[in-house]
Amino acid sequence: MRVAEAWRVALDALRANRLRSALTMLGVIIGVASVVLLVAIGTGTKQKVEQQVEGLGSNLLLVVPGRIEVGNAPVVSPLTLKDVDAVTRVVGDPDRVAVTVASGATARAGARSDFTTVQGVLETTPAVFTRSLARGRYLTGTDVDTSRRVAVLGDSVARALFPDRDPLGQQVALAGVRFRVIGVFAPLGQSLGVDRDDEVHVPVTAAQRLWGTQRVDGIAVKAPDRERIDELGERIVAELNRRHPDTEFSAVTQQQILGVLGDILGVLTGVLAAIAGISLLVGGVGVSNIMLVSVRERTREIGLRKAVGARPRDIGVQFLLEAVLLTTIGGLTGMALGVGTALLVDALSPIPAAITWWSLALAFGVSAVVGIVFGVVPAQRAGRLDPVVALRTE
Amino acid sequence: MTEPVAAGSRGDPSTGERVAAIEAVDVSRTYQLDGVSVAALRGVSLTVQPGDYVALVGPSGSGKSTLMHLLGGLDRPTGGRLVIGGRDVNTLAPPEMATLRNETIGFVFQAFYLLPRTSAVENVALPLVYRGVSARQRRERAAAMLGRVGLGHRLDHRPNQMSGGEQQRVAIARALVTEPTVLLADEPTGNLDSVTGAAVLELLEQLNAESGVALVMVTHDQEVAARAHRRITMRDGVVVADSAHPHSVHDRPPSVDHGRPATLISAPSAEPRSASGSGPGHPSGGSGGAAGATGRLPREVERPGGAA
Ligand SMILES: Nc1ncnc2c1ncn2[C@@H]1O[C@H](COP(=O)(O)OP(=O)(O)OP(=O)(O)O)[C@@H](O)[C@H]1O
Ligand SMILES: [Mg+2]
Repeated sequence: MRVAEAWRVALDALRANRLRSALTMLGVIIGVASVVLLVAIGTGTKQKVEQQVEGLGSNLLLVVPGRIEVGNAPVVSPLTLKDVDAVTRVVGDPDRVAVTVASGATARAGARSDFTTVQGVLETTPAVFTRSLARGRYLTGTDVDTSRRVAVLGDSVARALFPDRDPLGQQVALAGVRFRVIGVFAPLGQSLGVDRDDEVHVPVTAAQRLWGTQRVDGIAVKAPDRERIDELGERIVAELNRRHPDTEFSAVTQQQILGVLGDILGVLTGVLAAIAGISLLVGGVGVSNIMLVSVRERTREIGLRKAVGARPRDIGVQFLLEAVLLTTIGGLTGMALGVGTALLVDALSPIPAAITWWSLALAFGVSAVVGIVFGVVPAQRAGRLDPVVALRTE
Repeated sequence: MTEPVAAGSRGDPSTGERVAAIEAVDVSRTYQLDGVSVAALRGVSLTVQPGDYVALVGPSGSGKSTLMHLLGGLDRPTGGRLVIGGRDVNTLAPPEMATLRNETIGFVFQAFYLLPRTSAVENVALPLVYRGVSARQRRERAAAMLGRVGLGHRLDHRPNQMSGGEQQRVAIARALVTEPTVLLADEPTGNLDSVTGAAVLELLEQLNAESGVALVMVTHDQEVAARAHRRITMRDGVVVADSAHPHSVHDRPPSVDHGRPATLISAPSAEPRSASGSGPGHPSGGSGGAAGATGRLPREVERPGGAA
């Protein structure tokens, strides 16, 4: 029998049992669609996080006390502005060094209030991190040196406190102390469910006075070039270790952060794909099941075909093609469904989703392979049927 | 008992000696049922010549269908030699058996066995699919064959849109579309009323006469059996009478029945089965051992007399 003929026979058989074929395909459709969708969500999330880490600025080096590892408890920082000065001497350029001391605080303006994160920073922040203003100006060296009570609001804070007023020049109370608004950040959006516009920048000196501390939580350095970034990090850590022998310090680059995040999200994507893969497998078992039923149901047809000259292989190929058709048609439908759902999710929800070609190829390939693997046993069984026994079967 | 030329056969003038379409020598078939062997055929020898018209008669359970399956290459003997179309089936692998069936044998079954949801012309064309004939040619040949069985106007009807007689005609067309040398029909009129059955029978006889395809037909109808050129009577897994070899049957030692209690023989016959054709009341319908092939109980009783 010719291959084209075998395809036609297989298609006819599927068409003859439309409902059953559709229900069988449903398992594969759901499996493939969920593989495509979940991989798209995993990939989309990874891409977005990477974008955001890269969007922080280039050649960044973050220096914090403790070790940067998943699951490590944060360490209370022993760093002060004196340490920052020491780091600045190592770097050699004060414009490349930024700091933060952060705490949650209630911001109040008139009758309105908003719980937000107050960050004590240096005037260098916009140069080290990529941060742009929508209105007003950023902090100056003088603001920091004189602990001036001025504040730059994140976009959501500005809108929460001043929904119908220009915030510039207005007063806000941070933890009960009045600050004057001198600028508003351009919006950054969400990242992993965190609102990045929910923050207020004030001079680090003013923040320390506000909370009665000398502490600095972390130091960020913009390295002059990418090549010597690791070496610079080592020199900074050595200097800090010299100053604080009891504390461990880490200097991490964006590349390292990306690496760690990428690993975590890669595992997450893998787990999602594996879960979806299981449902694809279940779909395959369904195909096998239905093919066995189909062989049993059409035993007489098999006997008749054999009586008129079908070879065992002809019958086997016919049933194998049927299984493969079921899974590949199901696979294509599932791909379309998965892509459609992913696009909808990406457009209508905060969850990012990005279609990757490899996930489509994989899902389709797996569904075809599932058809072959789960079709082989029923096909062989059909091919080996004794024609006399088959014809006698009711 | 393996004479090359059957008595009364129409000889081929060019060779003088004809090649048998099917030749069975001492063929047996034993089934294994839960560790117990059931001998359905116990040494059957017969030759089917091209163009023959053979009626195969015998009580229920005598092995007629089993023999038909063997003659058609659907099944293999457990003993003896079986040559179909010049090929010894013992030397053939399953795919070769399939090809042999496709090329030399046409089957007509009691229950038609048409593919449902498939048009008459596609049903008839089915054997050609396994021969690699192109779709257009298949349709042409199938349509022509349907014309020959009088269904030229029913090409695209499905089995459920046709009467039983029409369905059996489609099955006959399917059996003949490959131009086989032998047409094996196992009770082809068994599912039809007498009028329709007679028409189908007439068609088979006409096709046998016109195209020279050998026709081997199992029947329970004495009148039908009487019209065949040759009649083979089976009982209990052996041929007890063959009108082409009247003497060899008489010569055949009764050893096959030897020591076999009558209850065992009559056991399968006692199964209720729908009577087809004539009733049991015509024991003297034919000649020799074929007498009363359909009469179950009476024949069991009269067997010693009939065979001797
Ligand atoms: N698959 C099988 N397994 C076991 N025994 C079988 C099988 N097929 C047939 N037989 C036995 O072989 C014997 C011959 O059966 P067969 O079908 O050839 O009879 P038959 O002459 O065609 O009868 P009928 O006129 O009723 O069709 C019976 O005793 C039957 O029970
Ligand atoms: Mg039978």
